[in-house]
Amino acid sequence: MPPPLIEMRGITKSFGAVRANEAIDLQVAPGEILGLLGENGAGKTTLMNVLFGAYAPDAGEILIEGRPVTINSSADALAAGIGMVHQHFHLAPRLSVLENLLIGIPGKSGRIDRAGGLARLGEIGRQHGLTLDPDLPVAALSVGEQQRLEIVKALFRGARLLILDEPTAVLAPSEIDGLFAALRSMAAQGLGIIFISHKLNEVRALTHRCVVLRHGRVAGRVDTPANTTSSEMARLMCGHEIVPPARGPSTPGAAVLTIESISTSRHSGMALRDVSLFVRAGEILGIAGVSGNGQRALAEVISGVLAPDAGRMTIAGKAVSQFSPRAVQALGLGRIPEDRMTTGLVTNLPLADSMVLPRIGTAAFSNKGLLRPDAIRAFAEAQIKAYDIRCPGPMTRAGALSGGNLQKALLARELAFDPKVLIVSQPTRGLDIGAARFIHEKFLDMRAKGCGIIVIGEDLEELLMLCDRIAVMYEGRIAGTLDSADATIARLGLMMTGAGQAEEAA
Amino acid sequence: MMSVVLEQIFQVGFLAAIIRIATPLAFATLGEMFSERAGVLNLGIEGIMLLSAMTGFTATSLSGSLWLGVLAAVLTGMLMGALHALFTVALGLSQHVCGIGVTLFSSGLAYFLYRLIFGQQSVPPSIKGFATLPIPVLSDIPVLGPAVFNQFALVYMAMLAIPLAAFVLYRTPWGLSVRMVGENPRAADSAGVSVIATRFQAVILGGALMGLAGAFLSMAQFNAFTFGVVSGRGWVAIALVVFGRWDPWRSAGAALLFAFVDALQLRMQASGLGHIPYEAFLMLPFIFTIVAMAFMSRNAVAPSALLKPFRREER
Repeated sequence: MPPPLIEMRGITKSFGAVRANEAIDLQVAPGEILGLLGENGAGKTTLMNVLFGAYAPDAGEILIEGRPVTINSSADALAAGIGMVHQHFHLAPRLSVLENLLIGIPGKSGRIDRAGGLARLGEIGRQHGLTLDPDLPVAALSVGEQQRLEIVKALFRGARLLILDEPTAVLAPSEIDGLFAALRSMAAQGLGIIFISHKLNEVRALTHRCVVLRHGRVAGRVDTPANTTSSEMARLMCGHEIVPPARGPSTPGAAVLTIESISTSRHSGMALRDVSLFVRAGEILGIAGVSGNGQRALAEVISGVLAPDAGRMTIAGKAVSQFSPRAVQALGLGRIPEDRMTTGLVTNLPLADSMVLPRIGTAAFSNKGLLRPDAIRAFAEAQIKAYDIRCPGPMTRAGALSGGNLQKALLARELAFDPKVLIVSQPTRGLDIGAARFIHEKFLDMRAKGCGIIVIGEDLEELLMLCDRIAVMYEGRIAGTLDSADATIARLGLMMTGAGQAEEAA
Repeated sequence: MMSVVLEQIFQVGFLAAIIRIATPLAFATLGEMFSERAGVLNLGIEGIMLLSAMTGFTATSLSGSLWLGVLAAVLTGMLMGALHALFTVALGLSQHVCGIGVTLFSSGLAYFLYRLIFGQQSVPPSIKGFATLPIPVLSDIPVLGPAVFNQFALVYMAMLAIPLAAFVLYRTPWGLSVRMVGENPRAADSAGVSVIATRFQAVILGGALMGLAGAFLSMAQFNAFTFGVVSGRGWVAIALVVFGRWDPWRSAGAALLFAFVDALQLRMQASGLGHIPYEAFLMLPFIFTIVAMAFMSRNAVAPSALLKPFRREER
């Protein structure tokens, strides 16, 4: 039997007192797709950073085809045939596809080897069906194409082992199929692939074998992922049973938010065109769609950030006359924005400040134009306790918190004021199963209390689990709305590509 | 008045003046451009030019060799570039603060060393600077010949530096690395390119070009060192880089345009529009810069990683 393509033996890495990796063994054979599973903080990223040369392990060794190697930098890793596709792409948007490929590659007689690069790009394209226009600036590529470029970049450098860190988090369902096809083709040609994810169904569909990490150790190995149930794998990841929250029946009340024929003109993303929808008290409405089809504009209009050119909106029966975040908030709207770090809170200020920011001028937190620091602190402390937000205290810099804890903080700051309508974008993006579960339960609690919730998301499984109705956005319009009883991933996926409109019309 | 102006423009002397004025600006602008393309704003440019003008002048004054002076100026520029890179690239300090610091330090050092070496003289010392070097055949072309091809050697160097800079930036692997570390240093790092080394090299190359700009001022244009020898040309170069959208050709074009306005105002001062105070004319090129910047910088997109220090372990 030939030696494995890559073998990690007894890898241990500590950061201060924290053991991020402890005695981890892992092998990938040529032609094998290995799943690496684990919750956030389980040590997946650390392990891969050790393999890619970003960290030196405290103990353990790495063997490539049976020979021990030392990897001290990404250059060493590349030379050893290891390529990595990071979660956040390492591309320069304003440079061309070819320039992004040729970076760090020695030229020919002092010049960039354009002809050689083009030839190699064409070859890789033919081999794996990964075609790209070499002269397009990266900024003009879709997210899926940028990811393709990252994969091509690794192959371009002669990678024999490809590491993908949560590659599907940014993709639409149709793009995920394309990615999986390419990965299978690469494996069939003898490449080794490490696929990092916490989406269990994807791991089961794609990988040949998987390793589950928990608290920096190997919690289990699954030799036949396709025949192992998701709940079994989830138990390995979390150490205990995870039961998805059950959405009981509810009797929706009157509409708490209505939108009639809203259109916007200028928007950096897709503008809205004649959008009408409503959400009732005690109901969760999902907004599905491939990112960039107007979801952001919709969220901004509802949150009062963007004033529409035409159309009407009511909150709790009252017409919205002035589109400003403060005005819609006063009518009873709560908002959890898409990007926690940039529009959700101020990363360099204490957590407490971010938690009162939307209501900073109200009597609860200020008096005669002066802040009430004690009230702010008390509010933050109460929420930290109520939502089990893990942090040293209310004065901790907000940016220091983990994603799950930040999302809890944002949820806490809205729910504390009993909103009649809550709009949330990508509620659990980047969160692990435990944190996501907590957020879902809170939504269902609010639904039971009669709050109308709008969830904008790309994770269809999540939407199907949470929502009573799901509207699909396509090119700035509502392509259709389904009761979740009638909705399936296939049907929603079809509508997301614009095909559903024909079906509706028929 | 219009006819006076037009008459002035189409004179050999006027064209030659534009080229001369543009030369130090072109060097300085290209230098700042290399630095900024790599992600490092170098506000030390004004001081680096002044110190280089001083060291170049002094080396020539003491040795009698003009080219030794140029070498001294270039080395000074590189050294100060390295100092700026040490603060901003290796230590990751604020580029604004360090750049101003380098300018203040370099200016102070220039004054200090000049006084130390030359003392206080009633007539400031001067050198026999570069003489014009007509290029055979080409300098015989009517109008253009004497204006463009009867210039100082340093002027020809500036003319060559522009296409050379474009070639290096766009056609060589090193130039691609410079652009990449200025756009997304993490991408360069994960491709095995040393961000720190590339930035150091770009800032030092930029310093060398700023040194040439300083050398031109004290050794070809004024043939003496005075404290006002640079008088804001460094700051103008920073604006011209934006105006030229971080591109060598456009930046050089911006330098030429500024030089045109400057040459024009010099002529207007001299051409006896006497009742207007000459200071009004002096303002012209700067007003032009501000107006041009206001219009052009709206669509100018700076290198994405400009002003951002790179630390590998940060995410």
